[in-house]
Amino acid sequence: MTDDAVVDALRYMTLARTFDDRATSLQRQGRFGTFSSVRGQEASVVGAASTLDPSKDWIVPQYRELPALLRHGLPLENFARYFMGNPAGTAIPDGVRTLPIQISLAAQLPQAVGLAWGLRRQGGDGVVLTYFGDGASSEGDFHESLNLAGVTGAPTVFFLQNNGWAISTPRAAQTAAPTLAGRASGYGVEGVVVDGNDLLAVHQVTAEAVDRARAGAGPTLIESLTWRAGAHNTADDPTRYVDPGVAEEWSERDPVTRVQRYLRARGVLDDTGFDRLAAQCAAEVERALAVASETPTACAESLFDHVYASPPPRVVQQRAAWTARQEGAI
Amino acid sequence: MTTRTIVEGIRDCLYQEMEHDERVMVLGEDVGKLGGVFRATEGLQDRFGTERVVDMPLAEGAIVGAGIGLAVSGLRPVVEIQFLGFGHQAFHQIGQQAARLRYRSQGTHGVPLVIRAPFGGGVRTPELHSDAFEALYAHTPGLTVVAPATAYDAKGMLAEAIACDDPVLFLEPLKGYRLVRDEAPDERYRVGFGRARIAREGSAVTLVAWSAATQVALRAADELAAKGIDAEVVELRSLVPLDTATVRDSVAKTGRVAVVQEAPLTGGFAAELAATIQQECFYELEAPVLRITAPDTPYPLAGVEDLYVPDADRVVAEVAALMAVPA
Repeated sequence: MTDDAVVDALRYMTLARTFDDRATSLQRQGRFGTFSSVRGQEASVVGAASTLDPSKDWIVPQYRELPALLRHGLPLENFARYFMGNPAGTAIPDGVRTLPIQISLAAQLPQAVGLAWGLRRQGGDGVVLTYFGDGASSEGDFHESLNLAGVTGAPTVFFLQNNGWAISTPRAAQTAAPTLAGRASGYGVEGVVVDGNDLLAVHQVTAEAVDRARAGAGPTLIESLTWRAGAHNTADDPTRYVDPGVAEEWSERDPVTRVQRYLRARGVLDDTGFDRLAAQCAAEVERALAVASETPTACAESLFDHVYASPPPRVVQQRAAWTARQEGAI
Repeated sequence: MTTRTIVEGIRDCLYQEMEHDERVMVLGEDVGKLGGVFRATEGLQDRFGTERVVDMPLAEGAIVGAGIGLAVSGLRPVVEIQFLGFGHQAFHQIGQQAARLRYRSQGTHGVPLVIRAPFGGGVRTPELHSDAFEALYAHTPGLTVVAPATAYDAKGMLAEAIACDDPVLFLEPLKGYRLVRDEAPDERYRVGFGRARIAREGSAVTLVAWSAATQVALRAADELAAKGIDAEVVELRSLVPLDTATVRDSVAKTGRVAVVQEAPLTGGFAAELAATIQQECFYELEAPVLRITAPDTPYPLAGVEDLYVPDADRVVAEVAALMAVPA
C-alpha cells in the first residue's frame, strides 16, 4: 500500500470508530436502535475493501462493515437513518455497488456467488467481495455457496472475519476445524489465513484474491483472524463471557493504533495530523447524524414503497387506506 | 395454435424466451442433459449451451440465492426447484431474501427471478415431494405467486413471469403436467397476472380452484349438472395478485361458494378466500363459504393419497350438501 492509501484507510477506520462511539451513546439515549460496532475489526474490514474498484466491484456485506460501505460510496447518513429506524436508511444510491446489510447470517453468500457469476457472464471483470463471520460459517448457505463458487469459478472473494465470537459462543464451540480457511480445499477453492488486525497484510492477501478472481482463476476464502473488541451489539454484555486478560492482550494489537504507529514511524503523520483526522471524522459524523435526524419518517408511503415494481391491487388499496387513516380521513 | 400439454407449454415458452433474450438463463438440478425430471427443459441445453442452461449442485438454497445474485447483476434467471416439497430448503432465500430485496434496498435492486416448482400430488411421488404449500408463499409480501392450470396459461404466464421485474413463484401442477392438454399459440404471447378465468359458467354455486384442483372442480361441475346443480368454476390463475372482482361477481350471481384446494385446511389459501368472500359478499351469501381441502395431516404415502387430495366425488357430495339436496 502507498502511504496515501494507508492514510486513506486510516481515515475510514477512524470514521468508523467515531461513528461507533456516537452510535453506542445514541443507543443509550434511545435515539438509535440496537447497534453492532466494528471496533477492533477496522483493519480487517478496510484492508479488504481497499483492494476493490467501486466502479465495477461489489460488496455484499453482513452488518459490521460500515467503513467498507462508506468507501464504496454509501452515504454515512443512510447508515445513521437505518439505525434510527427510518426506511430511507436502507436506500442504496444508483451506482453504489453494494447489497443491503444482511441480518440473516450467511444468506448473502449464495447471492454474492450469483452476482459474481452474472458479472462474468455478461463480459465484465468485476469481482464480488462478501463479508461474514465465524458464526455464519456454520450455516448451510456458507457451504452451499463455497461449493457453487468452486464449480462455477464465479469471481467471488469470501471474506470471513473470525472475530472469536458468535454473540457469546466462542470460536472453539463453533467448530472443531483447526482453521476455517482450511475448509476451502474441500470445495476446490483457495483458502488463506491472515492477521486481521494488520491492515497491510489484509490488504495484500485480499488484493491477491481479487486479482485471481478478476483473472478468472477462481474464488478464494480468506479467514481474517481478528477480535471483536466490543460487545456483539448494544444489547449484549460481553463481561459475562469474555476473559478480561485475553481482551487485554488483543487490545495491544488494536488495529487503529497499529496503523498510527506505522504512519508515525514513516514520518507521514504526527500527532497534529492524527488530531486533524479525528476532528474531520467527528465533524463528518455530526453532519451525517444531523442530516439523518432531519429526515422525516412518519408517512404511510414508507411502508408501501418498493415492495413490488407494480403493486398488486390489494397493496394499492391498503396503501390508500393507510394514507387516509394517517391524514385523519378515517 | 397447437395442442400442448402443460409441460410442453412451459418448454415452448422457455425456448422462445431464451431465443428472444439472451439474458434469460435456466438453472436447477438435472435441467441440462436430462431436461429436468419432468422434461420441462428438454433440448434447451443442446440449443443454448451449458452457460445458459446450468445443472446446479444439489442445494436448493444456493440455487435460489445464486438466482437472486444473477438477477441483480442484470440477467433473467429461471430457476427450477424440482419439487415444491423441497422448497423448505430454499424458503429463506425465497421468502426472506428474494421477496424483500427491492424493499430492503428502497427500490435499487429488484429481483427479476422466476422460481418454477411443480407442486401438489396425485402422481404417486415418494414421500415429501407433493406438498401444496402455496399459502406459505402467498403470505410473503413482495412475492408474486401464480399457478396456471392450462397449457395456454402455462406458456403465456411463464413469459409474463420472465418479463416481471419482481420474483415470481411459478407453480406447476404435478397432476396436470401431462394430463391437461389444450390449444396454445405457437408464437410468443403473454398472459397477464391477476385476472381469474371463468372455466365454466353456472348460476347455482361457485367453485373456486387453482392449479390441479381446477380439473377436479370441472369434473365435479359436470357431475353436479347431472343432478340439476349448475356450478360455475372460477380458476384463479394467480394467488398474488388476486382477482377478487371475478370471485365477487360470481358469488354475487350464485350466492353459494365452495373453495377447492389440494393443501391442508388450516391457514390455507382457501381460508384467505373464505375471509375475503364473507367480507365482500356477506349480503349475497345464502350459505357459509365451504372449504374442500386435504386434512390437517402430512401428505401421505402414495397408496392412500387418493383419500387425501380432494376428488370430484368429494366435491360433489359436499356441494350437494351445501345446496341441501341429496348427494
